[in-house]
Amino acid sequence: MENIQVNYEETVPMIQIRGLSKSFGSFQALKGIDLTIAKGTVFGFVGPNGAGKSTTMSILATLMAPDSGIAMVDGFDVTKHPHEVRKRIGYMPDFFGVYDQFKTMEYMHFYGASYGIPKAERDELIPNLLELVNLSDKKDAYVDTLSRGMKQRLCLARCLVHDPELLILDEPASGLDPRARIEMREILKELKTMGKTIIISSHILPELAEMVDEIGVIEHGLMRAIGNVNEIQNRLRVKRYLHIRLLDKMDEAETFLRDRPHVNKLLREEDKINVHFGGGDEEQAELLRSMMSYGFEIVSFSEAQSNLEDVFLEITRGGADPS
Amino acid sequence: MSVQKTAKAGGFGNWRSKMINPVLDKEFRLRMRSPRAMWTLFFYLLAIGLISLSAIYLTQELSGRSGTYNPEESRVLFYFLSFAQLGLISFMAPGLTAGVISGEREKQTLNLLLTTQQSSTTIILSKLLSSLSFMVLIVISTLPIYGIMFLYGGVSPKQLLLVFVFYLFMMLVLGSFGILFSTLLKRTMISVISTYGITLFIYAGTAILFFIMLSVWQQAVNNQGMTTSSYTWIGHILALNPATALYSILEPSFSDSVYTINRWNGGQTKGAPMALWQEFMIIYSVLSALALWLSVRKLRPRLKKK
Repeated sequence: MENIQVNYEETVPMIQIRGLSKSFGSFQALKGIDLTIAKGTVFGFVGPNGAGKSTTMSILATLMAPDSGIAMVDGFDVTKHPHEVRKRIGYMPDFFGVYDQFKTMEYMHFYGASYGIPKAERDELIPNLLELVNLSDKKDAYVDTLSRGMKQRLCLARCLVHDPELLILDEPASGLDPRARIEMREILKELKTMGKTIIISSHILPELAEMVDEIGVIEHGLMRAIGNVNEIQNRLRVKRYLHIRLLDKMDEAETFLRDRPHVNKLLREEDKINVHFGGGDEEQAELLRSMMSYGFEIVSFSEAQSNLEDVFLEITRGGADPS
Repeated sequence: MSVQKTAKAGGFGNWRSKMINPVLDKEFRLRMRSPRAMWTLFFYLLAIGLISLSAIYLTQELSGRSGTYNPEESRVLFYFLSFAQLGLISFMAPGLTAGVISGEREKQTLNLLLTTQQSSTTIILSKLLSSLSFMVLIVISTLPIYGIMFLYGGVSPKQLLLVFVFYLFMMLVLGSFGILFSTLLKRTMISVISTYGITLFIYAGTAILFFIMLSVWQQAVNNQGMTTSSYTWIGHILALNPATALYSILEPSFSDSVYTINRWNGGQTKGAPMALWQEFMIIYSVLSALALWLSVRKLRPRLKKK
């Protein structure tokens, strides 16, 4: 028997990508990216349009062949064993169509049968999946009567029909209204608790930040950073935003802060000074110490958590302007 | 490979799911749910009905009799109807098949289908089979019109059966070409135009080619006093043409006459190596198989590296 699965054991990452590159004519969509995602991780894939997110996801979904490099899902090479990879993935593309003349249940049965699930099993499984995505009351509705948000959720249910270990979700919340986005987010949280590995790309970065374990920032076909949000912030020395509230001596404090090292920019509000700070933890502690010793009466000295969007903008701004 | 065995064993367990796979089931359902299916059937029957009744009317008017009918006229009508039906099938088959893959691509459902466990062969053959089934339904629904011919005799059931087998084969051929273009070309419109282009070539192109080659050969004969076997192949060009192939079914002696022309050697003649329609079927079986094989190969991207 040929061993087609590479290092199949618990420690095998769900996704392993090494030196993946892909060109479309003269446009290089991927320039040799590396990526490893452990099982059970929710991975946020962020980057501007055309950065290479969808290309990477299409390769993982066996819909596209890379020019060079290796992409493995659960130890299976996507180019050599696409059949095994397809069993393990649920893929939701950024743009997808539905068979309008199917009813919701028929739509689900079609995909269930396409994955070789026997009818008896499907009869039990599909109502549960529709309940998970809050579409139970639409089971007999024709697919073309569903709203966009409902279709997105139906597509997500379709992804789950064969109980895949990995979900590849390309912009699952695109084009949805705020309410539908919240619903989608809640479903993804539920899937996370079910232990699924999820790779998700989104432009709705603050919403991703709540649920992702790790993010990967891709730009111009290169991985700019991989890790959790805090790690990336530290590694890339993303600016900190300090909020300093004082009882009085606001003018004096402003002058004092301007002369301090690592202070890039000041924004004065009524009883608060916002500082764009370029230093790290030690420099921040030193700034607080010097203010205290100078005699300022500090009510609060806090660091604003920069969210995923800030991180993304910071990283990609650097990439866009290498100078 | 144990994983594959598990997949097969856990897959389609019963007879029905083996005979009707999910893609075929989907195609059957969705095709018959669309109003287009009803309208296609309606206009097809309307066209063939009008053509037949007009032909019957004209035949009777021209023969100067009304209310009576002789078997010879019935046979001519049968021929006429058979060619009309062939024309309609040739018009319908590209339209029904040239969008089956590109249409899914345009509707953005193809990628979802390609990430399922369905093989490329299953997808392509199911699409072909569902289109063929619909065409067979349409052609069978025209049988009552053929019934009119039988009222007056002159046509054998065997001949009718052979003609219907030929129709089925034509649907398969044009359907395979339609699916190939639909797989290779991204836009349905271009795929439809290409398939109609090929269909036109099969009919008109081969006929024109035959007449050109025939006139070249005749000139050669006039100029050089041609010897025998160098021109025997010219008749084979007609074996590429569905209309002449059908005619060879209706008039078996036609095959002999085609090859006789080409074997003309100072009065010495030879019979046909095989009937024209048989040669037609052999050639197009190979081409159809090739078209389907290419469609299966090209449906999914080639993932394996050299």
